[in-house]
Amino acid sequence: MQNRGDDLVVKVRDLRKVYDLGDSQVVALAGIDLDIHHGEFLAVMGPSGSGKSTFMQITGLLDNPTSGSYWFEGTDVSHLDRDARADIRSRRLGFVFQAYNLLPRTSALENVELPMVYAGIPAEERRRIAIEKMKLVGVDQLADHAPNQMSGGQQQRVAIARSLVNNPGLILADEPTGALDTKTSEDVMRIFTELNEEQCITIMLVTHEPDIAAHAKRIVTFRDGHVVSDTLRLRRFAPPLRMTRVGRFAPPLRMTKWR
Amino acid sequence: MSDFKGILRLALQALVRNKARSLLTMLGIVIGVAAVIVTVAIGSGARQSVQNSINALGSNMIVVQPGSLNSGGARGGFGSASTLTPDDGMALAHLPGVAAVTPTVTVRAQVVANDNNWQTQINGVAPTYTQIRSWPMASGTMFGQSDIASSAKVAVLGQTVVGQLFPGGQNPIGQTILIRNVPFTVIGTLAPLGQSGIGQDQDDTVLIPYSSAMQRLTGLSTVNSIMVSALTADQVSAVQSEVTSILEQRHHIPAGQTDDFQVRNLQSIAAAASSTGAVMEFLLAGVAAVSLIVGGIGIMNIMMVSVTERTREIGLRMSVGARAATILNQFLTESVVLSSIGGVIGIVFGFIGTMLVAALAKWPTQIPFGWVIASVLFSGLVGVFFGYYPAKKASNLNPIEALRFE
Repeated sequence: MQNRGDDLVVKVRDLRKVYDLGDSQVVALAGIDLDIHHGEFLAVMGPSGSGKSTFMQITGLLDNPTSGSYWFEGTDVSHLDRDARADIRSRRLGFVFQAYNLLPRTSALENVELPMVYAGIPAEERRRIAIEKMKLVGVDQLADHAPNQMSGGQQQRVAIARSLVNNPGLILADEPTGALDTKTSEDVMRIFTELNEEQCITIMLVTHEPDIAAHAKRIVTFRDGHVVSDTLRLRRFAPPLRMTRVGRFAPPLRMTKWR
Repeated sequence: MSDFKGILRLALQALVRNKARSLLTMLGIVIGVAAVIVTVAIGSGARQSVQNSINALGSNMIVVQPGSLNSGGARGGFGSASTLTPDDGMALAHLPGVAAVTPTVTVRAQVVANDNNWQTQINGVAPTYTQIRSWPMASGTMFGQSDIASSAKVAVLGQTVVGQLFPGGQNPIGQTILIRNVPFTVIGTLAPLGQSGIGQDQDDTVLIPYSSAMQRLTGLSTVNSIMVSALTADQVSAVQSEVTSILEQRHHIPAGQTDDFQVRNLQSIAAAASSTGAVMEFLLAGVAAVSLIVGGIGIMNIMMVSVTERTREIGLRMSVGARAATILNQFLTESVVLSSIGGVIGIVFGFIGTMLVAALAKWPTQIPFGWVIASVLFSGLVGVFFGYYPAKKASNLNPIEALRFE
């Protein structure tokens, strides 16, 4: 299914992020080595302060690392300026947030079209792609609804449709079920699973809930800025097991939860 | 993304999403522009009406007065030399650019009619006088050329004199009045003209043929002045130099010698009044422009609030790929669109306000189109100037912090 080696979406080596708070320094990432291959569905777990959010921000090119290297789809993106990062976000990355972050008083369709506006895609094509992606997540009948006319689950699906419109190489979902009840959370996770398995979309999910992380095929746990575990969870009919390089300071690869 | 249409669309969407706030923000600019237009329209209308009344006085008019008399080194004032004659006037009548000429002989005299008497200014003039002064008749007729030739004892009364001599409202036409005991028949009355620019009652006068005045009242062969009216205001200075050279010839003044007459026109007065009006107009516009600036500060205020309120939205826009410059342009476009639409609405209100002032207060108004264009440009500029800082602030937001903003 995959061509291992040049299908790396994310490759980070010794990635460090230090926040300078004036009189003190906070080490958020203390040297991360991690590869994410095309088609993976990865959950990043860890308690607050573990560095998982910082890792997502750097992976999502919202921020630059203090040191270390980051290759995104084979390109070194460790030291890009704001505009260059914005351009990659616009063309190759999709974001899903805990608070959905849909524009208020704006129709679902226009919300889904928004990233394509910044990518400079013509209006008719924007509309066509937006409707296509909304169909994919089952919210095409809500096209004319404003966010306040939709349930939380519907809003999050619209947000997922928005993250898909530029055919991103990687979708970053930051606590996407944090504001949803259990049943709706399951629905949203099923959508992610389907997108991953049927569309072969690479997804990185950040969560602190084990139940949610359990939907992913691979779980990476952060603690104090280190990767402390990197676990593959095999499912029937899932792609074959992949060995992943583990961080220098992390314990060896563990295999758990065979199902 | 750099296409202007896309940014304009985003800005319009954002404005439409917040209709109430957009309208309130615009209000400052609307009022500012409307105020500029109404005040300038009133100022400019006032200037125009002052200009009109000066024109009525005769901005095309040239007045020739006798010069000073130099007797043994003692120089008299203007008019001390009695050198102007009706023939001088005749000689000027056929110059190119001259519309009409009249000599004037001015005498203050006691006028008696029945039981009433009144001292007034008697003006001996030619029939063209009313034409030069743009002075319509109220009743009767002006005397004619034949009355000049025959030195007829006929008079045309100003309204003040009519009121003093015929207080009962009786018709003065056909009545006999005594001017220095010389009987004159009233053949017409002049329309009221009101006060002159220097507060003189222009209606307090009696017009008689200049020949009658010379023969029957002054007994002199000279006149007090000659009024010449040019065809257009542009020709005034040309006519003025023509008049000067003709009179120099007639009076045998060698080149380089002091003339025994003085030629003046009213254009300098008109220019002074006009520039006073312009100063007033600028003053009014300045006051109104302050309200435009206040409106601009209102825009900045609302845009600042808007940036804070929409921090998460800005974070989202950045995370889905908006460059900082795109965010800057969007917010800048929002404020320019707000202020420009406000400017256009302000023009509409300015026109309505001007019409109301013209209709209710009966003030003369004149909408100056230069100011209309200037105020629209200015309001757009206000949008750029006062929108830049909030827009810059928005574009400098860190997307991570913006997304976390509560």
